[in-house]
Amino acid sequence: MSVIGKYFIFLGTLFSKGEKLSVYWRRLMEECVGIGVSSIFIVAIVSTFIGAVSCIQTAYNLVSPIIPISTVALIVRDMEILELAPTITCIVLAGKVGSNIASELGTMRITEQIDALEVMGINSSSYLVLPKVIAAMLTFPMLVIFAAFLGITGGYLAGTLTGVITQRDYLYGIRDSFVPYNIFFMCVKPFVFGFLIATISSFKGFFTEGGALEVGKSSTGAVTNSCISVLIADYLLAQLLL
Amino acid sequence: MIQISNITKAFNGKEVLKGITAEFKKGETNLIIGGSGTGKSVLLKCMIGLVTPDKGSVLYNDRDFYNGDKETQQSIRREMGVLFQGGALFDSKTVEENVRFPLDMLTDQSMQEKQERVNFCLQRVGLDAAAKRMPSEISGGMKKRVGIARAIVMNPKYLFCDEPNSGLDPLTSVKIDELIKEITQEYEITTIIITHDMNSVMEIGQNIMFLYQGAKLWEGVNSNIIKTDVPELKEFLFSNKLLREMEP
Repeated sequence: MSVIGKYFIFLGTLFSKGEKLSVYWRRLMEECVGIGVSSIFIVAIVSTFIGAVSCIQTAYNLVSPIIPISTVALIVRDMEILELAPTITCIVLAGKVGSNIASELGTMRITEQIDALEVMGINSSSYLVLPKVIAAMLTFPMLVIFAAFLGITGGYLAGTLTGVITQRDYLYGIRDSFVPYNIFFMCVKPFVFGFLIATISSFKGFFTEGGALEVGKSSTGAVTNSCISVLIADYLLAQLLL
Repeated sequence: MIQISNITKAFNGKEVLKGITAEFKKGETNLIIGGSGTGKSVLLKCMIGLVTPDKGSVLYNDRDFYNGDKETQQSIRREMGVLFQGGALFDSKTVEENVRFPLDMLTDQSMQEKQERVNFCLQRVGLDAAAKRMPSEISGGMKKRVGIARAIVMNPKYLFCDEPNSGLDPLTSVKIDELIKEITQEYEITTIIITHDMNSVMEIGQNIMFLYQGAKLWEGVNSNIIKTDVPELKEFLFSNKLLREMEP
C-alpha cells in the first residue's frame, strides 16, 4: 500500500512547480522521437506478422460451408482493432519503452544527475518525467492506429498470397458490419496504457537506489508492473466502454 | 557565510550525524574530512537540501534553509553550485550544453549572453577546446572541470564539492584543488569541500573540520592539523606506515 501511496504522491509532483513552457516543448519533442518514432520499426514488424498469423489461423479454424470465407477478414479486422493492435502493441511498447525509461532514470539517479537537477532548484520529476508521459499518451495511439493498419494489411498479404482467401473476399470482409465506435475504443486504450507504462516505468526508475544491479531490477520491475497494469486496465476498459 | 547548528540525522534508527555545529567562512576553502562512512556526504547533502536533517538548522547569510519559506529556499538554491563526486554531467548533452543548462533553465538571458558566459566558464577551467564533446568522450579530470564550470556558471555564492579529486591522479588532483581555491578567492565564494585526500588538506585546507563516527572531533587550519592531540585524527592523518614514522 505504501508503494501505491508513493506512486500517487510521485504523480502529484509531476504537476507541481513546473519550468518554462519552452523547456517542456523541447523536451516533449525529444521524447516523442525517443518513445514514438524509434518504436515504429518494432511495432511494424510485430503487427504485420500478428495480422498475417491471425488470418491464417482464423481461416484454418473456419472450415465450414455455412460461414462465408469473407468472415475471416471480418474477424481479423475486429481482433486487430479491439485487442491485438492496442493491447499487444502496448505490451511490446511496455517492454521497449518501459525498460528504456526505467533504466534511463535509474542511471540518472545513481550517477547523481537527478540530484544535480534538484540542487539547481529544478523540479526533477516534472522536468524528466512529465514530457515522457505526455509523449507516450500522444504517440501510443498513433502507433496503435499504424499497427492496426499493418495488422489488417499483414492478414491481407498472408491470406491472398497463400490462397486462403481471395482479394475480393478479404476487402469485402474488412468492410462488412463495421462499427466506427470500435475505432474510438481502439484509440482510448493506448492513451490509458501510455499513461500507465510511462508513469510506472518512471516511478520504478526514479526511485532506484544502489548501482547497476538495481538499475537492472528497476527495469525488469517496470516492464513486469507495466504489463500487469496494461492487462488489468484492458479488462476494465472493455467492461466500461463496450 | 554558512552556519550549521546541531545537525542530527539518523537512518533506520542509526545516528549518522550527531549534532554537528560549524561555521564556514566566505572566500575560504572549508574542508570536511574524515574516513569513509563518517557522515561527510550526508552532512553535505543536509546542507544542500538533498537530505532533510532530523534536527538542526542551516543558515546561509542568516537565511534559514529549512525553517524559512519556499521562496527563500529556492533563492538559496540558485546561489549554490555543486560539484558532485562523479561530475553528474548529463550524458545526452555536450560539454557546452551541460554548462549552459542552468542558464537555459533558470534565466531569461539571450542565447548570445548565455554563450558568452559558457565560453568564459569553460575558458576559466581550461576546457574551451572540448566544448562540443560529449561527456563520454572526455577523461575523469575533464569531467570534474566541466562540473566546476557548470557549478560556477550562475555566479554562485556557495560552492560545494563532494570529493573533487576522487579517482584522479595526484597531478590532476592538485590542479583541481588549485582551480577550486582560485575560484573561491576570485569570486569570494563560500566553498565547502568533502575530502579524505591529505594532499588537499595540506594544499587548500584553510578551515578544516574532522568528522568521526558522525561527530565533529576537531576543527582548525592546515598548519595546526599535524600537531593535533586527537587520537582519531592522528590515526587518520598518519594511517600510512611511512608517515607514522615521521610523526612529530
